[in-house]
Amino acid sequence: MSPFLFWIFALVTLIFGAAVVINRNPVASALSLVMSFLGLAALFMSLNAYFIGIIQVLVYAGAVMVLFLFIIMLLDLRAEEGRQINWLASAAGLAVAIILLGQIFSVVRHFTIAHKAFPPLPASTIDDVRNIGATLFGSYNLPFQIVGVLVLVATIGVVLLSKREPR
Amino acid sequence: MITLGDYLIVSGILFAIGFAGVMLRRNLIIILMSLELMLNAANLSLVAFSRFRVDSRGLPNYNAQVFVFFVITVAAAEVAVGLAIIVALYRARRTTDVKNISSLKF
Repeated sequence: MSPFLFWIFALVTLIFGAAVVINRNPVASALSLVMSFLGLAALFMSLNAYFIGIIQVLVYAGAVMVLFLFIIMLLDLRAEEGRQINWLASAAGLAVAIILLGQIFSVVRHFTIAHKAFPPLPASTIDDVRNIGATLFGSYNLPFQIVGVLVLVATIGVVLLSKREPR
Repeated sequence: MITLGDYLIVSGILFAIGFAGVMLRRNLIIILMSLELMLNAANLSLVAFSRFRVDSRGLPNYNAQVFVFFVITVAAAEVAVGLAIIVALYRARRTTDVKNISSLKF
């Protein structure tokens, strides 16, 4: 992928990611999150991870976002307006995030292999759904089944949580 | 030329944005969205490392991509349970603001 496209999609991901935090209206935040996930899916595809990019679009930009929007509309959340900001707490939170960012930057700068370009892949041999499937069902068969049980437990848990108790 | 470090920097900035969202926002739903941003930042660096470690057959390292698959599955389950908890909380307290939900605060 050309560097130009990489920076475009990286900027889309980061700007809309920041918009999620900055927006006051929850619906605008959710829609910014969709754009951020789409940019991220493009970045995955730029790394030749087509399968991951597609399930990113299907699961996050599709299912998870519909769930978020549905809950926002169901609870009828309005934009929080006129609420006074606790400046001390906000500055402390921002400072912790900036310190974390500085640490990540310094680690990446001193990480020698981070300055190397990606090794080339032999063209037209990327069959990544087949390879991920072989890895998933070969080396990670037991974790895969455990994740299936986890999803089942989550389904039952959601049904139990949202059931109204009789009084 | 795009290096591994560029992807790691983007991933780090995205993680810091999500972290700032968790620290700064008071709405539970926005906090959950920021958590999703942090999970996705970790996924991006996993996929970048996967692409960087090309094996002898000339294929990326698929262990990392399987791990990302698991992360996405668990995150979807987590969102479903988290939103169900938020709905139950809203029913009981009529609010999703963490300032008004501080019964367990020390």
